[in-house]
Amino acid sequence: MALLEVNNLRKYFKTSRGMLHAVDDISFTLEKGKTLGLVGESGCGKSTTGRAILRLIEPTSGAVVFDGVDVTGLNSRGMRRMRQDMQIIFQDPFSSLDPKKSISHLISEPIRESGIIRDGARIEARVQELMDTVGLSRRLINSYPHELDGGRRQRIGIARALSMEPRLIICDEPVSALDVSIQAQILNLLEELQESQGITYIFITHDLSVVNHISDEIAVMYLGQIVEKATADELFRNPLHPYTKALLSAIPVPSLGDRPERITLKGEITSPVNLPEECRFRKRCREAGQECSSGIPPQVEVEPGHFVACFHCAARAG
Amino acid sequence: MNNTEAGSGQYAKRSAFKAMWKQLQKNKGAMIGLVIIGVIVVVAVVSQFAFDYERDIIAQNVANKLQHPSLEHPFGTDALGRDVLGRVAYGARYSLAIGVVSVLIALVVGVVLGAAAGYIGGRFEDVVMRITDIFSAIPSVLLAIAIVSSLGKSTFNLMVAVGVASAPSFVRVARASVLTVRGEEYIESARAIGMHDWKIVLVHILPNCLSQIIVQTTLRVASAIISAASLSFLGLGVPAPAPEWGSMLSEGRAYIRDYNYLMIFPGVAIMLTVLSFNLIGDGLRDALDPKLKR
Repeated sequence: MALLEVNNLRKYFKTSRGMLHAVDDISFTLEKGKTLGLVGESGCGKSTTGRAILRLIEPTSGAVVFDGVDVTGLNSRGMRRMRQDMQIIFQDPFSSLDPKKSISHLISEPIRESGIIRDGARIEARVQELMDTVGLSRRLINSYPHELDGGRRQRIGIARALSMEPRLIICDEPVSALDVSIQAQILNLLEELQESQGITYIFITHDLSVVNHISDEIAVMYLGQIVEKATADELFRNPLHPYTKALLSAIPVPSLGDRPERITLKGEITSPVNLPEECRFRKRCREAGQECSSGIPPQVEVEPGHFVACFHCAARAG
Repeated sequence: MNNTEAGSGQYAKRSAFKAMWKQLQKNKGAMIGLVIIGVIVVVAVVSQFAFDYERDIIAQNVANKLQHPSLEHPFGTDALGRDVLGRVAYGARYSLAIGVVSVLIALVVGVVLGAAAGYIGGRFEDVVMRITDIFSAIPSVLLAIAIVSSLGKSTFNLMVAVGVASAPSFVRVARASVLTVRGEEYIESARAIGMHDWKIVLVHILPNCLSQIIVQTTLRVASAIISAASLSFLGLGVPAPAPEWGSMLSEGRAYIRDYNYLMIFPGVAIMLTVLSFNLIGDGLRDALDPKLKR
């Protein structure tokens, strides 16, 4: 059975101009120990999806089934217990750590809060163990976040997420605020943790090279919907949706010879407020035709495990 | 990175208070302010034992009236023959007590309302903030006058009046700083580990607003002392014959041409107290900013 099952998840925000469809009918399943990469441009709802799964933002409708339990139906006590299993690593290691608290306080806080260990000395031992795991020198235990660089701060964030031994971690752009050299270190750390502890990741990012490096499966989001989903290899080898193709063509290729054609998207991302019932990508799609304004294209499985929501490519592949 | 590093150059455990104190010590103005306040507090305490209120502070001795400063009366005597030094020293008790108590009233009311408004938001925030707007639209001295005249003239009522008049500024400061902190990712991070809202406010939000609130408190003590002195000057504060600095100014007003020391000494006392609190407030603001630490 899948560890995580997200069914028809929706999150609408009320704005003065109407309903903003941040997350619009998202469904996917995720096996234990795997990584799902969630990619898309800014404002496509990928972070909102992550937060709605954790109920940091209350979803408007839909179900999030974690290990057989519908998270959206839990009361606050049940949710507290569930949070031990589902954790998050934040994007900005500069604002996700309370500047007034020492490293030891920050890492021990989830342990004390959940009450999994109550003995003070054992909590301290656990904090040191976690610092070893994420590669933080023990001498930093009494330092404060502002005394450390971004990479070390992000390691603290990871240690915090790990401290309750979660089964699922949502990584919300955990490396996009870091230098490239440090990005690689953090990504490797996350991979090692997955291997040693069997953690499942949802990896949210706008950086395709990062997502290819770490993901087993990739879901491409556009305006609150998943437009294409496949294994990482398949998606990079055989992208079907016009939006995925455009995204992939934007990755710089280090070759002097013939370059693949660069697909430039025209126009701005459509406003997610009061969307018409049509393909969300129609206005920027160079393959758009008549039928694209007839409704929202359904997800079609064109090959085993390769889903795409596009009238054209589904017909062509099928 | 390995653990052989442990021990060599380990970061020591530091308490937030010690760190702040160390910072504050580097600030000359704040230290001068602290020294002056320290002296005033000592004077206020000592005057309790050095003088007998009935005999030395309020007993009239008309034969001795309006004497210029001398060895016997270093600050001179007033129109009723009372020793001005004794009265100024004794008056420190009133100003300090009124300043501190009224600000404590304002602090508790203002921070609870402001923090709740900032954290809860919505309709509750609107109601609280509009009421705050109404209160701050009325000049604070006028508001205090209205409160004192409806409650009656007494030291405690004066404290309440000054406290209510300075509460709106605490509501604003508390709400504004809670709003900035509430949007930070570490609040979301605290929610992600299942922390209760009230605990988030206590553990993560208020400590991060503390610097603004502490600074506001110290500065407000200064203005509360001025408001109290002004009300007493207008005859609405501490009732006569108590030696409140403001009422001493008011009593000395008639004699300012020939006996200016009657106003100079209480005036200087007010000025020094207010200045010191302001210096400390500024110093604290710098000392509590973690980014200025080095």
